[in-house]
Parts: sequence; structure tokens; C-alpha cells
Amino acid sequence: MMGLLQRLGATTLGITERIGRGHLFLLYVLGGFPSLLPRFGLVIKQIYASGVLSLLIIAVSGLFVGMVLALQGYNTLVDFGATESLGVVVALSLVRELGPVMGALLFAGRAGSALTAEIGLMKATEQLSAMEMMAVNPLHRVVAPRLLGGIIAMPLLAAIFSAVGIIGGYLVAVGLLGVDEGAFWSQMQAKVDLFDDVASGVIKSVVFGFVVTWIALFEGYDAVPTSEGVSRATTRTVVHASLAVLGLNFILTALMFGDD
Amino acid sequence: MMQSRSVQIWVGLFVIAGMAALLMLSIKVSNIRAFSNEQGYELNANFENIGGLKVRSPVTMAGVVVGRVSKIGFDSEIYEAVVTLNIDPRYDNLPEDTSASIFTSGLLGEQYIGLEAGGAENYLHDGDRIQLTQSAIVLEKLIGQFLVSQADK
Repeated sequence: MMGLLQRLGATTLGITERIGRGHLFLLYVLGGFPSLLPRFGLVIKQIYASGVLSLLIIAVSGLFVGMVLALQGYNTLVDFGATESLGVVVALSLVRELGPVMGALLFAGRAGSALTAEIGLMKATEQLSAMEMMAVNPLHRVVAPRLLGGIIAMPLLAAIFSAVGIIGGYLVAVGLLGVDEGAFWSQMQAKVDLFDDVASGVIKSVVFGFVVTWIALFEGYDAVPTSEGVSRATTRTVVHASLAVLGLNFILTALMFGDD
Repeated sequence: MMQSRSVQIWVGLFVIAGMAALLMLSIKVSNIRAFSNEQGYELNANFENIGGLKVRSPVTMAGVVVGRVSKIGFDSEIYEAVVTLNIDPRYDNLPEDTSASIFTSGLLGEQYIGLEAGGAENYLHDGDRIQLTQSAIVLEKLIGQFLVSQADK
């Protein structure tokens, strides 16, 4: 009985400690942001690694998600003779939800896991300790540019996801299903608002980019410095980042769209 | 150095692609309109009530799309809506007494303008006004009229 109680307490303390370490880690990394401005090349390299290299999977997924949305939406709307609203259905679901969320999930799988493995291996091969020996703060030199790169790349990826998805939906709706082209766009333009919908999607994706990159970097930095430890940390990154994105998405959606 | 140059170029392309996507979302998808590449000639028509007609709604003749609504305004002197239609230049032989009505596709669908040709010998030209118009049918009014007519019995 006491053993069970002790294990519960130890687990709770362990989790709290990790959360605390995570936030301290974030604080130190954010402290490195001002020193990034004169060396923006470091950030550009990270935007390349997490943004440009994720472009293909984001664009292809976006295209297919948009096409499927159009097909499925059509099947439902055709019963009501409201197939002109297909553009609204596709655009609103992509811009508000699927672009930021699917984009962030793919980002966690594609870029987040790579970040964790990279940082974890740097730690395992003692590159981070070597930097400290040379009086270079690895949190500022290695981690901070990656975090900023992720924050910049994610909203761009989400916007590309939504735009490609809408084009995919357009191709299926107008090309395949014969929805009127003008009605498709005009209904979309009438119902999608620049600030309520597009801007809140962008805000969402900035938040997701921040959270996913933060989790990925912390898991890598906190990993047990063995090959097994790094592999576990990589798995944890994908799982925790995906859960965080889905949970946060609910909160953000409730905040943004809850009252109307 | 070459390596970092190509990385920078790729990031530049990536940022441009992202910005282009945002621009498309804000201009093409949401309710800010900047570009319209419509060619053709314009006709005006006054309606007492346009219902749910929108800019870029289709203009049809015998069920075929011959143009789009390009502008919707309000004439505050006669309290009527002024709808500008952009007609495909291929259809430049609409008679002067063509009539325009606002129809609904399906019970709850999109509203569009249907044109019906008259028998006049002269054709409508750019900037002309369509004289014969019929307003949109507002469903609530129709239901109201039906209820009133039932109550009288």
C-alpha cells in the first residue's frame, strides 16, 4: 500500500519536475533571442531545415485533404441542393481548422522528430558540453535559432496547406463534380472573413509552431544521452506534440469562435 | 559558402510561397476583392429587392451562364438596388426589351439572374439599362402572403 503511494508520489514529482525544467529551458532559450538578430543566418538555416524540407509533405497532404473535403461535402450538400456552398465548406474547414492542425501534426512528425533526434544526438556525442567548454551557450547558439525557425516556418506551412487544399477542393468541385465556378468562389468570399477566419487560423498556427518546436527541442535536450534514450525522446516528441496541438486547438477554437 | 547560398535561396522561395498562400487566402478566399479579370460589356438593371444576390453571382440565359454580376449598388433617390451585369462579349445581340429576373437555384440555393430575350430589333449596348426586371422572391414574404390568404377563408 505504502509502496503504491510512494510510486504515485514519485511519478507526480517526476512529471512536475519535467514541466518545471521545460519552462526554465524555454526561459533560457527566449533569453537567447536578442542575440539572434545580428546572426539571422542561423535562423534561416533552421527555417530551411524545418520549413522548406517539410514543404512537399505539407503541399501533397493539403491537396488531398482539400480534394477529399470537396468530395465528401458534395455528397452531403447535394441532398439539399446546396452544392454551391461547397466552396464555403472547404475553405472554412481548411482555413479555420485543418490547415493549422493538420499542418502542425505533420510538422511535429516531419520536423519535430528531426529536431529532437538532432539535439539528442548532439547531447549524446557531447557536442553541447564541448560548446559550453568553449564558453558558447548551446541554448543560445543551437536551440534558440531552431525555436525561432519553427515559429516562423509553421504559419507559412499552414497557409500553404490551406491554399493548396482550397485549390484541390476547387479542382474536384468544379472540374469533377460540376459545381458552378463563380458560385464556388463568390459564396466562399461572402462567408470567409479575413479577420475572423484567416487571421485566427494564422494565430493558431503560430501558437502550434511555438509549442511543437518547444516540445521537440526540450525532449531532445532532456533526453537520456544514449541511442535508446534519443529514440524514446523522438517518439515522445511526436506523441506529446500531437496531443498538445489537439488540446490547444480546442482551447483556441473555444476562445476564438466560442461566442458566435 | 555555396551551400549556405542555396539554403538562403530556398528559404527565400519558401517565404514567398507562404506569403503567396496567405495573399491568396486573404484576396481570393476571403471577402476582400482586388482583382477581377472580367472582360465584356456591362448592363445595368434596377431591382426593388435583390434578396441574396451577390457579386459574381451567375447571369444566365436559357439556363446557360452568359455573364456575372459585377457590382451591386443602391440608388438612394428611387430606393432601388442597382445591379451591374458583366456579359460575355460573345453574346452582344441581346434585344433591347430583354427582361431580367432574380431566381433561386433550388429551394435554398444560390440566387442568380435569369435573362429572357424580347423581340425588339435593336440590341443592348455597354452601359444600357434593362427596363423590365422582376425582383427576388423573398420566402418569408411568400409564406406571410400564404398565411394571410389562408386566414381570410
